[in-house]
Amino acid sequence: MSKKAGIKELSPIDVYKLLPKTNCKECGQENCMAFATKIVNREITLDSCKPILKKENEKSYLKLKDMLKPAVKEVIVGVGEKAKKLGGKLVMYRHEFTYFNPTALTIDVTDEMPEQEIVSRIKRTENFSFEYIGYTLKLDMIAIRCTSGDAEKFKAVVKKVSEITNLPYILCTLNAAIAEAGLMAAPKANPLLYAANSENWKDMAELATMYHCPLVVSAPNDLNLLVSMVKTLTAYGVTDLVLDPGTFMNEGLGTTLNNFTMLRRAACKGGEELAGYPLIGVPMIAWVGKGEAADEIIKWKEAYLASMLVVRYADILVMHGNDGWALLPTAVLRQNIYTDPRKPVAVAPGLKVFGTPDENSPVLFTSNFALTYYTVASDIESNKINAYLIVVETEGSAIDSGVAGRKLTAERVADAIKASGVEDKVKHRKLIIPGKASRISGEIEELSGWKVQVGPRDSSEIPKYLIDKWQP
Amino acid sequence: MTTLPHHDKKDNKTAAAEGLGLSPELLDLLAKFQEIEVEDFQMDVSEMELFFTPGIAGQMPTLKLPSALKAKPTAMLQAAFVPPVETYPDKIAEVKLGGTRSEGGTRGRSIVIGGETSPAFYTFERPIVHSPIVTLDVFDMEVPLSKAVKMHVKDVIGDPAAWAKLAVEKFGADMVTVHLISIDPLLKDATPKDAVKTVEEILQAVDVPLVIGGCGDPVKDADVFAEITETFKGERFLISSLTRDMNIDRCAKFVKQNGHAALSFTPMDLNLARELNRRLYDYLGKEDIVMDLTTAALGYGLDYAFTNMERARMAGLMGDVELAHPMSSGTTNAWAAREAWLKMSPEWEPRELRGPLWEVTTALTLLLAGVDLFMMMHPAAVKTLKEVTKNLVKGGKVDTAKFADWVSVKA
Repeated sequence: MSKKAGIKELSPIDVYKLLPKTNCKECGQENCMAFATKIVNREITLDSCKPILKKENEKSYLKLKDMLKPAVKEVIVGVGEKAKKLGGKLVMYRHEFTYFNPTALTIDVTDEMPEQEIVSRIKRTENFSFEYIGYTLKLDMIAIRCTSGDAEKFKAVVKKVSEITNLPYILCTLNAAIAEAGLMAAPKANPLLYAANSENWKDMAELATMYHCPLVVSAPNDLNLLVSMVKTLTAYGVTDLVLDPGTFMNEGLGTTLNNFTMLRRAACKGGEELAGYPLIGVPMIAWVGKGEAADEIIKWKEAYLASMLVVRYADILVMHGNDGWALLPTAVLRQNIYTDPRKPVAVAPGLKVFGTPDENSPVLFTSNFALTYYTVASDIESNKINAYLIVVETEGSAIDSGVAGRKLTAERVADAIKASGVEDKVKHRKLIIPGKASRISGEIEELSGWKVQVGPRDSSEIPKYLIDKWQP
Repeated sequence: MTTLPHHDKKDNKTAAAEGLGLSPELLDLLAKFQEIEVEDFQMDVSEMELFFTPGIAGQMPTLKLPSALKAKPTAMLQAAFVPPVETYPDKIAEVKLGGTRSEGGTRGRSIVIGGETSPAFYTFERPIVHSPIVTLDVFDMEVPLSKAVKMHVKDVIGDPAAWAKLAVEKFGADMVTVHLISIDPLLKDATPKDAVKTVEEILQAVDVPLVIGGCGDPVKDADVFAEITETFKGERFLISSLTRDMNIDRCAKFVKQNGHAALSFTPMDLNLARELNRRLYDYLGKEDIVMDLTTAALGYGLDYAFTNMERARMAGLMGDVELAHPMSSGTTNAWAAREAWLKMSPEWEPRELRGPLWEVTTALTLLLAGVDLFMMMHPAAVKTLKEVTKNLVKGGKVDTAKFADWVSVKA
């Protein structure tokens, strides 16, 4: 096995030593040391340093590039704005740093689907959109599978897909001749080619080289073969690889998780370069040999398999079911797992203004726990309500736990009203409080002098509540 | 714990699941609901410290390698993958729940949880020692329940013994959690003697080990737990839970003296968990403590719960004895997420499927962080978790030939 130096902790000093030390501020930082710190925290890219790109600094530049190289290579699929970066992982566990490049969620079409179905599946994939605490959750890619065995048919469908969407796609066929037909349909689309295996690897390698596209290396449950192929293909000159150790259901699930975990650990902890590539998982395996099972059962299985693979290191997933109820948990989980664990979970307390409130507009309060705040804020915003929202310091507690744990008290609410200055902005003195804080409503009235109205338990009901109950 | 009902006043008789044509096995368990029950959870993440390794930067555009002048290989080059197997200095404590007759109790069998010698399901390192298990919620009085759950338990609400029987016999619960809600001074303020009677009935009805859940009032819970642990000496209950605001000396003492086990609950902060466990060690042994590090729902802090548990497990294996305890998760908290129960626009429906899938996703995520004991709610979620766990523990042959078929399958 080829080894590179294990991922060692990099200090800003290590980076600083190799920088031009001009303190030119061209990168937008105060000096080179500040830039070095941003670099190790991955808050800026090396190429923002203009002097280091000069010829005379090439040696340092290459050295830095190597030092900063992630344990899992970053592979780009597609072109333009929607191009997708896969992998680029620095660490195995998210608490060690943070995960980059969220798992790409891919929905399939086949070359035997009626054109109308292809179009509608692609539109549905493109239109998948869910607003979640300030993020928009989306799907990322299309997998085009050749089920016909007919190169011309495949080519026509690839052409069609490339015309109707900018989403990157995977060409799925183990037949190199068919793959080539697909590549010819849109030669510059930089698709991910699925897949090279022990039999077709040479032809697939030729195609990947010729069309400069990334290539999946497939060796179901054979990691020796997998790394052998990586060694062979890189020697061949194919450098953008994605690894497919196979995805197995039911009693094979443990093997699946083991293979993904071993590969990622070997890459991140063992410095094994042959394992240092993005991993592809195929939850749509649930549809193979489906038999009499109801579609919903298969979708259910596919969905939980996808979620388990999001947790266990998959960088890209191929799915067939495209129902919102099945995709949403996986999409939310992906967002959760890929949030920066260094990110604070509290927002700044204070007065937030929504729309254009006047002196008769409602005044509400919520906690400063980020998830609570964003949920409430998005409910107010999306319904175009004009209102004042007081964010009370609850030390990052949600409403119910804040009340229970005495982090959300009437004193804090009263203080927050005073500090917010809202008393100068509205002429009424009515405060709408979260339903889950009803226990402290009496105390709030007493301490603040405001009249309290107990609002809904869930902020989704705020719009209706205001219509029914709000009178300044 | 407290109940946090979400009311949806509309009573829509056309259960969407009925029209789905799903197989009865799983889909019987998936149905429409209107109100849901949520365990109280405290999320004190502001205090959570997050360790990260400063300094591994990357994600840079890849360098163009100088084009190799070497000839392209004509045959496969061989390489071997060495499984990255590690050993860990410590192991997770084993905790036995449920006392059999020979042990002074009445349970049909005991269940041991914990004992891990590797991170969760790293079976390439070592086989699973004890399978994670599921305990189902049973309430001692009428509480607001999701309709999806309610439809499965409607005949037994108000009859905890019958409810427990149903949980074990029909839903496959490994254990039953008796939630003594009625002792809440703000609700029925039932006496410790009343609670003893309820527990007695359940012990008669089922022979699985029990978790005894309080109402969340630190003083009342202690009084009730005292009575129950003493009355049922030898039953080896899991007392749920001991929290920092309780009289720990008193509680730990009666748990130990009567041979039970304690659930040590802390609000998502490993330092607080260590601190509480240290206080418990004055009376209880390692084999007497299960810890609950707080479960937040998918979409509402699950990332913190996951990382907290993953870190705790890793720390335990690496020799941090104060965290080397089996972990319990109040997975029912998944229903705190509005996406689990809210009627949403049509593209996200039916919620009858979305809701239990929310619970399963929360459970499976935490299964991979190392949870040993799941406190759960929806029968379909329970069924799936048990199935997955069984497959992971047992393992089996892998059909590699079938895998490639996904490319050409006409789904």
